[in-house]
Amino acid sequence: MAVIKRQGSEGKGKLTRREFLRRAGAAGAMALTSPFWFSYIRALGEVPIKIGHITPRTGFLGMLGDFAVKGATLAVEEANARGGVLGRRVDIVFEDSPNPGVAVEKATKLIERDRVDVLIGEISSASGLAVADVAKRLRKLYMNTGWNSDEGRGVRCNRYVFHVEGMNTMYTKAVGRYLFRKREMRAWYFLTADYAFGHDLLRVSRRLLRQLGGREVGSDLVPTGTPDYSSYILKVRAARPDLLFLNLAGVDQTTFMKQWREFGAPFPVAGGVMDTAQFWAVGREALTGVWPALWYHKIKAPGVADFVSRFRRRWGSPPDNQAWADYTGIKLVLRAMEETKSTDSAKLIEFFEKGPRFDILKERRAWFANWNHQLVQPMYIVVPKEPAKAEDKWDIWEVIASVPGLEESLVEILPTPSENPCELGSL
Amino acid sequence: MPELSLSLLIQFIANGFVVGMYYTLLALGLSIIFGLIGVINLAHGALYALGAYAAYVFSRHLGFFPALVLSPLIVAVLAMAIEVTMLRRLYLKDPLLSLLLTFGLAMVVEQLLRMIFGAAGLPFDIPQRLQGFVRFGMLPYSRYRLFLLIVGILVIALLWWFLERTPYGRIIRAGTRDPEMVRILGIRLAPVFTAVFGIGAAMAGLAGVISAPLAGVEPAMGTAVGTAAFVVVVIGGMGSFWGPVIAGLLVGEIVSLFVLLYPPAADASMFLLMALVLLLRPRGLLGERWEKFE
Repeated sequence: MAVIKRQGSEGKGKLTRREFLRRAGAAGAMALTSPFWFSYIRALGEVPIKIGHITPRTGFLGMLGDFAVKGATLAVEEANARGGVLGRRVDIVFEDSPNPGVAVEKATKLIERDRVDVLIGEISSASGLAVADVAKRLRKLYMNTGWNSDEGRGVRCNRYVFHVEGMNTMYTKAVGRYLFRKREMRAWYFLTADYAFGHDLLRVSRRLLRQLGGREVGSDLVPTGTPDYSSYILKVRAARPDLLFLNLAGVDQTTFMKQWREFGAPFPVAGGVMDTAQFWAVGREALTGVWPALWYHKIKAPGVADFVSRFRRRWGSPPDNQAWADYTGIKLVLRAMEETKSTDSAKLIEFFEKGPRFDILKERRAWFANWNHQLVQPMYIVVPKEPAKAEDKWDIWEVIASVPGLEESLVEILPTPSENPCELGSL
Repeated sequence: MPELSLSLLIQFIANGFVVGMYYTLLALGLSIIFGLIGVINLAHGALYALGAYAAYVFSRHLGFFPALVLSPLIVAVLAMAIEVTMLRRLYLKDPLLSLLLTFGLAMVVEQLLRMIFGAAGLPFDIPQRLQGFVRFGMLPYSRYRLFLLIVGILVIALLWWFLERTPYGRIIRAGTRDPEMVRILGIRLAPVFTAVFGIGAAMAGLAGVISAPLAGVEPAMGTAVGTAAFVVVVIGGMGSFWGPVIAGLLVGEIVSLFVLLYPPAADASMFLLMALVLLLRPRGLLGERWEKFE
């Protein structure tokens, strides 16, 4: 590329030594760098699509975070095996978010430094709300795959956030409607995790109990990470409820269940939310109660068996609901990019807001509610499966109902806009 | 809120005692290492988790009761290897160094457990023979927790006898208070410190085994527990055998009563107690004046 110009116009006819070295050096440098130039130009045509994934990997939600990463990884690997999206490779950057402060830092870093096209993930409501604020400020689409807070779909909702994960109202309405229809359980005692998620869940489960005409006989806030529940159990026992309603999360839920069984499980239990992975860890003997599930690997729906066997081949265990959510979240985002031929957050948001129907490995198709960006989808009611009937150690639940029933609209389990008002705001 | 009756209050006080025994078991190992070697062992929670994981492996092949004995021994052997190869070099140096070492060890152990056994918790059931409950009048109480109470009392008695009544115990106590004099008497102290670290680690391991059926087994299980153990040691004070025992029982009672009366502060209640004790008795409840730490 570099041509040594003849300096002959001045009639000297030869290069000075110094000039020669300078030019030769420049030529060498150009020759050396040119292959890099070529590859740089090639890569420009193939700048990978970048997804920023954020989730707690340690602490009391770490177990779920592990499944989130597995689900997300599989979705990206499958997309790349099919030749990428828009002719581009899909890259994913994983970040650990042990608490809300770090979550904000990591979300900001993913957008500003790693230049990701979208954010996805999070499980803790406290961290999730904080990440949602970052997404709004930096104008990036954020797909929530793991936190339930109604506030995030209500007073603190914003245009940039979409929710694959169910909201607390969906969980409690699903299980509450079932409990009142099938059994006479009107006096409830609440045990609630003492942080954003639990408070939110307590509010909506109380509202539900009022709507259903039941009464509250007791309620305690429990600090997260409590190792010993014996004192709480004594208290519940003394109050004699028809039903103990748990608004706990993560490992706390399973620790509680073990100890509840230890005290003879004196009353029926139902829970506001349930993550199957946690219950795999409790041991079958400790399982009790009626629970809502966002997804379970034994539901009968097209594509589920195939997804489960792909996941098992890759990771050695079936996917839980968290793995499903992160897998689904990434699939939805990539689908939107393909449909809009763009990675621009504003375009993707407009696409989702038009309400296209998606196949999400459930028996009915889902869409995002245009007023609060919640994925409208069926939920499931599960009870422990008899050990004799179980196929393997992962097969712990009997799916006893899909809610809302097939004759009802899927929006039945969502709150109404007046129950949980949300101002999405502008782009 | 259930009606506050005398029967309920008695139940809470009795249960608080059992919870307290759990806290005592948690803290004993930390207190022994702290009090006798002067090392603040930040890997205490990690050793506790190691004990639980060892019990998980052993109990699948041998059953719970052999695991109850073997797991603390394995943890002790590992800990003594750490003492001989690493920790020993730091006794005479800046205390910060042993803090850093044990802090690092805690992280390494937690991540190793995660690598080997996975991030998910492992199922660990109460052994068949200890399932179910014992009835006190109308009120059933968990059989396993009564077992915990008995193990706690036995372990405390055994440790007290060993430290206070045997010649080995005397050497340990003398060696920690006046190492120079003990050396002049012709006793090598290096193996004594190794043994003390081993005993403390075994206690952490034992607490891990005992709590595995109650709280489950997962890589991060040691983190929260480590904090509680520190609180108990600080309340109890150093240099006294009975300090952590009394402090553990007190913490159990206060946490239990706060659950009854005002649960949102149950977690904070032990820190409140600690602050109060530190205000009134800066050396802890039974802490003695000790030249080394003044």
